[in-house]
Amino acid sequence: MVILSLYRKEAPAISKKTRDHLIAYSFIAPNFIGFAVFTLAPLCFALALSLMKWDSANPIEFVGFDNYIRLTSDKQFLRALSNTAVYTVGVVPVTLICSLGLAILLNKPTKGRGFFRTVTFFPYVASLVSLAAVWNFVFNPSRGPVNALLNFVTGIPFEQLPRWGASRDWAMFTVILFSVWKNMGYYMVIYLAGLQGINPELYEAASLDGANARQKFRHVTLPQLAPTTFFVMIMLVISSFKVYDIFLNLFGGNENQLNDFTRVIVYQIYNTAFRIWDFGYASSMAIVLFIIVLTVTLVQFRGQRKFDA
Amino acid sequence: MSDITLKQRRTIRPGRIFLYLLLLLLTCAMILPFVWMLSSSLKLNKDVFTFPMQWIPENPRWANFSDIWQRIPLLTFVFNTIKLSVIVTVLQVVTSSFAAYAFAKLRFKGRNALFLGYVATIAVPWQTYMVPQFIMMRQFGLNNSHLAIICLQAFSAFGVFMMRQFYMGIPDDLCEAARIDGLTEYGIWARIMVPLSKPAVSTLVIFTFVNTWNDFLGPQIYLIRTELKTIQIGLRMLISQYTSEYGLIMAASVVTLIPILVIFLSLQKYFVQGVATAGLKG
Repeated sequence: MVILSLYRKEAPAISKKTRDHLIAYSFIAPNFIGFAVFTLAPLCFALALSLMKWDSANPIEFVGFDNYIRLTSDKQFLRALSNTAVYTVGVVPVTLICSLGLAILLNKPTKGRGFFRTVTFFPYVASLVSLAAVWNFVFNPSRGPVNALLNFVTGIPFEQLPRWGASRDWAMFTVILFSVWKNMGYYMVIYLAGLQGINPELYEAASLDGANARQKFRHVTLPQLAPTTFFVMIMLVISSFKVYDIFLNLFGGNENQLNDFTRVIVYQIYNTAFRIWDFGYASSMAIVLFIIVLTVTLVQFRGQRKFDA
Repeated sequence: MSDITLKQRRTIRPGRIFLYLLLLLLTCAMILPFVWMLSSSLKLNKDVFTFPMQWIPENPRWANFSDIWQRIPLLTFVFNTIKLSVIVTVLQVVTSSFAAYAFAKLRFKGRNALFLGYVATIAVPWQTYMVPQFIMMRQFGLNNSHLAIICLQAFSAFGVFMMRQFYMGIPDDLCEAARIDGLTEYGIWARIMVPLSKPAVSTLVIFTFVNTWNDFLGPQIYLIRTELKTIQIGLRMLISQYTSEYGLIMAASVVTLIPILVIFLSLQKYFVQGVATAGLKG
């Protein structure tokens, strides 16, 4: 009897808690099911797949670290790795400097400031395929307006002018220029937010101390923007290592293929998985990419803590 | 006093002129490729590369804009892209804001662990697991279908994270008061959280929409059949097939840029706010 009444008393309390939990899970479920099936599951599968040999026609075979060992002597992959690194080393500082410069310029009270901001931000949202198409025409080595203008101004014959995307020496330069042009507006907006977060009293104090514009930039603006710069840099490094569509659209040609001077990591993954159907080997490349991005992210976590403290 | 202002004005002026010159130069660098695109889209192929350049074509060839609809199924591509972008955006915003409410305002077992799982995957590039994802989709029979793109785009961890951060800023008292007034949790979400989170929702809508619209690698992997293609890979197909149809390619490029331009110009405020907050919070 006593037990029964106790049970009765507690029963609604337990079911209320369970009900609350169930309600909470019902909120999460629609997103979580999709997330678990289409992100978490393949993510776990990726690591396992990198230890397999599988071309989808023959049965899966466990090969241990063979795929990774093969990577170390794969000339194409090493080439892709070094191209991606060169691209990153070029894009990160140039984008950083250009977007900071733009932000400072467009933070000043000028007429038509809103218009300038719109104009610099638009390439970031505009579709890459169209932009790359124009870019390829404008930088066409033998007929494009850029070389025509260079030829007209300097008098250097077309054969001696840079062959831009079509040449080994200038391809990397061309893609870096394009990437900076397309993306600097985005990072400019982040910098603008950072600039507006600086306490104006700091500038007033600097003025009272007799600092000129350059000194204020060096001793107030730059240090105050350090967390923003750090964040922008990390974002840029990560997105540069994941680069693919810019290279394919600028250099892919009619066959959508990249050569030794333009291949990048993600292209190599795509090619190995979806053209050669070597899923296991492609996954080992993907894991290498993952390790690179993870390392950069960990550096960011440590740095963020330093800035927050 | 007036002496000082006069002096200031005099010293500022050359700087001002330089500033505006710089801005003008910058604007040219940003805009000229677009102007060139528009101008070339109205030219015959043989006139595209004439030098000195003719910015306003003498005999604008409007036929380029009618020809492209016949050369490639551009209308189908536009329709596919709109369909995918709208479905993905709606799914993404509804499911993430739904899940974010539980993460921000409800207590349940495993909340923190689950949320940590979400956050951790934000840092993982999609390219890492796109191969196993493809194998899975193929097992489900989803390759070469729009459903594949919808499934892989609609449930991103980033949306949940962003909405949750916004909901954390809404005071708990508000929900508590609503509970006392007899609203269910679903009611609180629909009547209080959703209306209050308009800025976050609009940011998420824009970013998801533009990302889906401009996505390249996803459609390249999954949408092989021509009638399934989106504008991006459809345009890419046109460029590879008709390499030297310069006018036509430019006309198609102009057409594909117009919707994004309209969306961008009308919602620019939210774009800028979104980048700024996402950027600052990291």
